[in-house]
Amino acid sequence: MFQQNIATLAQQLRNKEISSVELTQHFLQRISQFDENLNSFITVSESQALEQAKAADAILSQGKGNNLTGIPIAHKDLFCTQGTLTTCGSKMLNNFIPPYESTVTQRLAQAGTVTLGKTNMDEFAMGSSNENSFYGAVKNPWNLDTVPGGSSGGSAAAVAAGLAIAATGTDTGGSIRQPASFCGITGLKPTYGRVSRFGMIAYASSLDQAGPMAKSAEDCAHMLQAMAGFDQNDSTCSETATDDYISNLNSPLSGLKIGLPKEYFGDGLDSNVAKIIMDAVKEFEKLGATVKEISLPNLQLSIPAYYVIAPSEASSNLSRFDGVRFGHRCENPKDLMDMYTRSRAEGFGTEVQKRIMVGTYALSEGYYDAYYLKAQRIRRLIKQDFVSALEEVDVIMGPVAPTTAFELGSKTSDPVAMYLEDIYTLSVNLAGIPAMSVPAGFSEKMPVGLQIMGNYFSEAKLLNIAHQYQQVTDWHTQTPNMAKGA
Amino acid sequence: MNWEVVIGLEIHAQLATKSKLFSGAAVGFGAEPNTQTTLVDLGMPGALPVFNKEALRMAVMFGHAINAEIGMTSVFARKNYFYPDLPKGYQTSQMDHPIVGIGHLDVTLEDGTTTRVGITRAHLEEDAGKSLHEDFQGMTGIDLNRSSTPLLEIVSEPDIRSAKEAVAYVKMIHSIVTYLGICDGNMAEGSMRCDINLSLRPKGQKEYGTRTEIKNVNSFRFIEKAIYTEIERQADILEDGGRIIQETRLYDPELNETRSMRSKEDANDYRYFPCPDLLPIVLTQEYVDQIKSTLPELPNQKATRFQNELNLSEYDASVLSSSRPLADYFEQANSITKDAKLTANWVMGELSKLLNQAQLDINESPVSADAFGTLLQRIKDNTINGKTAKDVLQAMWDGEGSADDIIEAKGLKQVTDTGAIEEMIQAILDANTAQVEQYRSAEADKQKKMIGFFVGQVMKASQGKANPAIVNPILAKMLKG
Repeated sequence: MFQQNIATLAQQLRNKEISSVELTQHFLQRISQFDENLNSFITVSESQALEQAKAADAILSQGKGNNLTGIPIAHKDLFCTQGTLTTCGSKMLNNFIPPYESTVTQRLAQAGTVTLGKTNMDEFAMGSSNENSFYGAVKNPWNLDTVPGGSSGGSAAAVAAGLAIAATGTDTGGSIRQPASFCGITGLKPTYGRVSRFGMIAYASSLDQAGPMAKSAEDCAHMLQAMAGFDQNDSTCSETATDDYISNLNSPLSGLKIGLPKEYFGDGLDSNVAKIIMDAVKEFEKLGATVKEISLPNLQLSIPAYYVIAPSEASSNLSRFDGVRFGHRCENPKDLMDMYTRSRAEGFGTEVQKRIMVGTYALSEGYYDAYYLKAQRIRRLIKQDFVSALEEVDVIMGPVAPTTAFELGSKTSDPVAMYLEDIYTLSVNLAGIPAMSVPAGFSEKMPVGLQIMGNYFSEAKLLNIAHQYQQVTDWHTQTPNMAKGA
Repeated sequence: MNWEVVIGLEIHAQLATKSKLFSGAAVGFGAEPNTQTTLVDLGMPGALPVFNKEALRMAVMFGHAINAEIGMTSVFARKNYFYPDLPKGYQTSQMDHPIVGIGHLDVTLEDGTTTRVGITRAHLEEDAGKSLHEDFQGMTGIDLNRSSTPLLEIVSEPDIRSAKEAVAYVKMIHSIVTYLGICDGNMAEGSMRCDINLSLRPKGQKEYGTRTEIKNVNSFRFIEKAIYTEIERQADILEDGGRIIQETRLYDPELNETRSMRSKEDANDYRYFPCPDLLPIVLTQEYVDQIKSTLPELPNQKATRFQNELNLSEYDASVLSSSRPLADYFEQANSITKDAKLTANWVMGELSKLLNQAQLDINESPVSADAFGTLLQRIKDNTINGKTAKDVLQAMWDGEGSADDIIEAKGLKQVTDTGAIEEMIQAILDANTAQVEQYRSAEADKQKKMIGFFVGQVMKASQGKANPAIVNPILAKMLKG
């Protein structure tokens, strides 16, 4: 059952071949069987999930509901869920039970999904390996000695191992695409403003965007259809009308113009990964696409720009975790300053503290122009690079990450190497365009993701392209050995 | 030494919106702690601000009222600092691109002179909550009802040179924001608060001295007293050869002194940056013009009209236009009397006296403008005289009914029947033959003084109801004999 796609399961649910309760029990059983090794969930909401499944069955029995009704999914633990622990992977929020529901989880619940639980993540979404979680590292189901990527590593590992049909993720600098690539699943980071950020615990507000993670582009389309759209609670959410992501999936690709940025295929890219990406591009040519080399000249600048802008916003966004109203408060504070400093020193992990300090420094008087303002200028250049390139071609393709999943602990002592992991993903967030990671093959038994980047609000096009590719390839249907059986 | 004082003021006016600047929570004074809050005001993780467009409209109105440049693109910025009643750890304010740019205000002082005060900017920002230090067993209570309440911070140039000018300027701002209906002006409840930046320099020197900032002064009287106190403090230091420390001070009205709160060394680096949760506010010329067309007549314009069209003195015009309720009352009463001078005298005289005694505002007057106008009308049509009218006003104030009811019930109608008055005078002349003799043998200028005795007698006999305008010529004629 765990290998089925949403459309098939929806059909079976409607035909009463299975019930949502059975489906939910199946996944809960798989979580209890496999997640001890993976650590992909922080919270499993068993009884609540079964109640939601019953409610979904009731709707289905009246012949109502839609493709998501009764489908068990998981949420990254930074979406606020009313009454359910929401930690953001941090000790700081080890006791935080939100009094409200995020727009994303609300809309998916409205569509009838069943929430199995909340998935593990890098603390406050800061990380590329999921090793920065207060709740322990997540393991990659393809090789338990390697990382699943981050920060949505729990969601990626859970979907790859068949512990949930789909999951929500968030992507600030690659946090959906890179773990999707490492775990061999499909992930979409929508255009900034396509999905509401209301109820998402903020890391870097101008970059954060929620998106779906699932086995296939088709399943992502079902998820996005429910998630996307204007929300009056988020001033940065776009009023641009959503497309029909599902009915667009089957458009032919003939005449599609693909751009390959030469900067994405330079030094630092693993040769096996490069070959797999080029093979995937050849598949598209067979489907009628044409390929052209393009240039995104400011790619290298995306890392310093990102690591100024994101920490700057984070340093401010994370100020509310002060021990006053919610979250961790130190024992017996002797005065206000002691309460602030100890609560925050105890509650935040090393990487979060590091980024708060970097951001505080970058925004300080006397440094602001040299760091924050300069980074914003680079950001405009990067955006312009994409805008110009996308006048020449329909989509841009390249690798998601320079390598496949690396070993746990191998980069934790080298932050620059860790930050370089994001070289191909960061610029997309700085520009605000949508991008996907699509399984494109295996290098030494580890999955490799192809990145497809498109113009603003071209999610339907990206999903269509990925879906057509998945009609002629089966990389997205593979199951890791550890998750087979049951 | 002869010191010149240099003052710049920052006025925080709470905008009279129904809901908060970034959330739908109600704005109000005196509610139970933390009952007027939403996720946004509580700084909940994941909560996002949504800008209240009503606050924007009000800010643009104010900009027009001070002839300012309107910021066609204004940007919210975060001012980062930690404080327990600042739930997000930053205040959302405006820094580089305020909604209102450079403007000015012509302020009329008590002596009738006018001085121009430049206004650097006015920007929108959210208020913080309140820390309560009592009744929590040594802990601090936090009330976030005020959190995210909309404020317009109005920053003046250092153009003010005395406490009197400062007060006149603040009164002018107070009068403008209440005229516009964008602030209730209630200073006791904190709807308008003032920060005073003050420095001294030797007269004639160009450079400014080191300034101090006195925070959160919340009445006209305290502003004046705080300034006098701080001038004295700074002058004492400077005359003893000392230096002023740049710092934030607090005015204590009970001790009438300012106290140091924190020095510049302790000052925060607020790390301002554009708020990524809010889009820049981009205005169209059409919107800005449309708001301009809704502007009511402002105090200065009204005062000019009172002088030009109603022939009031500059003083009367400025007093009557100083607050919108007062001006409205005056104009309503005047629409009945059609006698601006009479109405102005009575509003500023007898009515103000009664209001002051009862400590009421004009809009709380138990005598409505219509009722008051009708009373004045009875003076004009000679139904009663001015002296009687004061008694009638008191009765109206005490709730005894309308002017006509009271005049009728108490039989206060003036006697205007010349025959009756002649009879009355004859009786008085007959009863005071000695005085009549004296009068008749006196010189003309002495007679003028002596006639007062007879007028008084007539008024007494008529219980004040005889119309002096009719009594005087008849009396003079009959005394001649």
